[in-house]
Amino acid sequence: MALDDRDTATKLDFKVVGTRPPRPDGIDKVTGRARFGADMTAPGMLTGRVLRSPHPHARIRSIDASKAEALPGVKAVVTRADFPAEVPEDVADVLDNCMAGDKALYDGHAVAAVAANSAAVARKALKLIEVDYEPLPHVTDVDAAMAPDAPVLHEAGGDETVPEGHSRNVMSRVQFGHGDIDAGLAQADRVIERSYRTAATHQGYIEPHACLASAGPDGQADLWCCTQGQYMVRDTCAAILGLSQGQLRVTASEIGGGFGGKTTVFLEPVALALSRKAGRPVKMVMSRAEVLRASGPTSSSSVDVRLGMTRDGRITAGFAELRYQGGAYPGSPVDMGSMSAFAPYDLENVRTVGWDVVTNRPKAAAYRAPGAPMAAFAVESAIDELSKELGLDPLDVRLKNAAREGTKASYGPTFPAIGLEATLEAARAHPHWSAPLGENQGRGVACGFWFNFGGNTCVSLNVAPDGTVTLSEGNPDIGGSRASMTMMAAEELGIPYDRVRTVITDTGSLGVNDVTDGSRVTFAVGLATIEAARAAKREMCRRAAMIWGIDEEAVVWEDGAARPSGPNAGEHPPMSLAEIAAIAPNTGGPIAGHHEVNAEGAGVSFATHMVDTEVDRDTGAVKILRYTVFQDAGKAVHPDYVEGQFQGGAAQGIGWALNEEYIYGDDGVLQNPGFLDYRVPVASDLPMIEPVILEIPNPGHPYGVRGVGETSIVPPLAAIANAVSAAAGVRMTQLPMSPPRVLAAIHGADDG
Amino acid sequence: MSQIHVTTTINGDATEFLCEPEETLLDVLRDRLGLTGSKEGCGTGDCGACSVTVDGRLVCSCLMLGAEAQGARVETIEGMADGDDLHPLQQTFLDHAGLQCGICTPGILVAAKSLLERNPAPSEEEVRYWLAGNLCRCTGYDKIVRAVMAAADDMRRAS
Repeated sequence: MALDDRDTATKLDFKVVGTRPPRPDGIDKVTGRARFGADMTAPGMLTGRVLRSPHPHARIRSIDASKAEALPGVKAVVTRADFPAEVPEDVADVLDNCMAGDKALYDGHAVAAVAANSAAVARKALKLIEVDYEPLPHVTDVDAAMAPDAPVLHEAGGDETVPEGHSRNVMSRVQFGHGDIDAGLAQADRVIERSYRTAATHQGYIEPHACLASAGPDGQADLWCCTQGQYMVRDTCAAILGLSQGQLRVTASEIGGGFGGKTTVFLEPVALALSRKAGRPVKMVMSRAEVLRASGPTSSSSVDVRLGMTRDGRITAGFAELRYQGGAYPGSPVDMGSMSAFAPYDLENVRTVGWDVVTNRPKAAAYRAPGAPMAAFAVESAIDELSKELGLDPLDVRLKNAAREGTKASYGPTFPAIGLEATLEAARAHPHWSAPLGENQGRGVACGFWFNFGGNTCVSLNVAPDGTVTLSEGNPDIGGSRASMTMMAAEELGIPYDRVRTVITDTGSLGVNDVTDGSRVTFAVGLATIEAARAAKREMCRRAAMIWGIDEEAVVWEDGAARPSGPNAGEHPPMSLAEIAAIAPNTGGPIAGHHEVNAEGAGVSFATHMVDTEVDRDTGAVKILRYTVFQDAGKAVHPDYVEGQFQGGAAQGIGWALNEEYIYGDDGVLQNPGFLDYRVPVASDLPMIEPVILEIPNPGHPYGVRGVGETSIVPPLAAIANAVSAAAGVRMTQLPMSPPRVLAAIHGADDG
Repeated sequence: MSQIHVTTTINGDATEFLCEPEETLLDVLRDRLGLTGSKEGCGTGDCGACSVTVDGRLVCSCLMLGAEAQGARVETIEGMADGDDLHPLQQTFLDHAGLQCGICTPGILVAAKSLLERNPAPSEEEVRYWLAGNLCRCTGYDKIVRAVMAAADDMRRAS
């Protein structure tokens, strides 16, 4: 057949891709029928609840659960003693985070859990568990945790990358870059050196973590949960509990937001352990306070930048030292922050050094472009300040230094075709850039970068006898990805959108699929979907060739049908997908296409954001007046949901910049574990957010698709800081720019 | 502790249930009546995911006791469509991509319906302030606000 499997030329003529059909899960979600994590029940189900440490750091001398176990209605109590003493090294910290061992390491750390026949009994039982704590000194600030005399969380300290003489709370050090910083700074007409700080923020998904576990004495277990990756949950829980991966079947519920926060486990191993002990299904749902105290927010950061620039705006050197606290265990995203900090720029001399630091806070989880927003806040603020000092236009400076095809990135690779310049040019040409500003108003711009991931992917495309198609994939749909997959399958097969249904399978039905993260799904699952559709088309062409008695190579697939093609094909009426499917039993059996891949070529992503703010000089309150996002999508499969990613990332960035903050008291206890005091943006805080989609095709995807989910949160912190600094007339270097902090800056007090 | 017997009307259906004195209306809807369309995002009345109307008044069902529904008329997301006919708001949320993950969607639809019953021609600002008690973390509210305004237009044209 004439289909070329290795054809990597980017497709340009689309019938379905680029349109805006209704999403396939839409009706369920507007009628309340969609089943999220907490919406599932099972016969004989118990309610599980977790007892959490009130101390930020304490040795657990003993736990006496006898009174709780004696309470009528209590069916099981588990502590760390109910988990294997030895687990594989890569899940040791995960287990310790789900259920504390010798020490509680943060306010909210799980120390025990109960399963009871009602929530009321479970709550009462928690109060009967006696934990003997020995409180220890604690530290929650990243710079304080790096001090030589700081309280130490883990006696073993950091790895071999940490030079001698550092606190044992420093877990690792990374370094990226090239060139000679000192030589570059010597070429500059002006050099600035600044320090920036950002507070820890939470992803703030509206759906708390929830799961329903059922584990039998034969080692078989089933788990329903809201997660960004059912295979990750399976493999992690199996390793922690000593189950085989094949015996544990995990089904992902509809997921009520994740943003990276559901790329690990918290309740799931505990629910399985309770279920195994009680011999009954156990459902667990976190409260909002538990989500904030004991799931995975992102790091707080402290970053120093040195930047040199010539009078005409060329950046001669860029250096950043980044210190991220990642909570109680190693693994803050400082590595990705260090790699991404200067990624938008073509620099001869660039270096970043990152320090991963532990503190008595919940372990950080991924949060949308993990690590990148804080790094961009620092670097893009410094570029803005230096540009203004030199009297240069901040967009011109960025264009002058912009990375382009062939640029050796600060973190190593050489970029292929990328879209940064296109976003900057679009920003400069947009009416927003030249719109007038009033008193106490300021405009800011900033650029952002994200790597985008590919990864392990496995899909199956099955053709039903009536000519409809089911696509099975293994990645939870957070923001409309089922629509995108359905569109790509329909596009490739040449059939209408409504003839394809995409379902998300449990772990038993497909091979491994990596977590829905890294903006990988539309790229990688889309690529696999297209390849699976091509495999099905090849098979259908083969069947048609067989029926027609001609060579397979003489059949092509066009507009949803097999057609004879070429000099020796002869005259045959086209056979549609439905016609071929209807007689499949007579031509060799069911028709399906599969694709399994560890996808590469995700294609990096860039954005430029532009924002106008107004500062109230009496209260310090900041209002967002206008916001425009310019981002390269490669190819926007479903533009509505691409725009939604742009707008949602900007809104989360606005919250991070202006309000959101983990506030710890001197006692090391989280002071604002609720949506009243951890204030995410509400509808009345925001204007419309204008999305401008640029399409610079990704050469690594048959349709040119790039992931779009994460880049949109990278520029807002800096763009808003630049706008507020312009409006207030004073440089803001610490987030959030809450009213008291802005007011203090205006009044010339210390910044923070 | 004895349970309380409650007689009420939910989405037009006469309904009876038993509940503990401390159970919230949201707990009753979700755990006793199987109406899981109302979601618990916070349990403290801050997120609006549990929004329902009680005798026509918009409330967070997590802040009301189940026993307080005695004799009341409760409307939830499950009662919003008329059989297969979606409410205009449900349709415009689909048409305008007013949802991403969908967890806040039931509460926002219930709240928006309540707005349009009071104010059939709200301004953008009025929509934004009415929905300020309903958190959405995915969309930045842009497409939600547009969907509500579009539904208001549709409903005015149809009436």
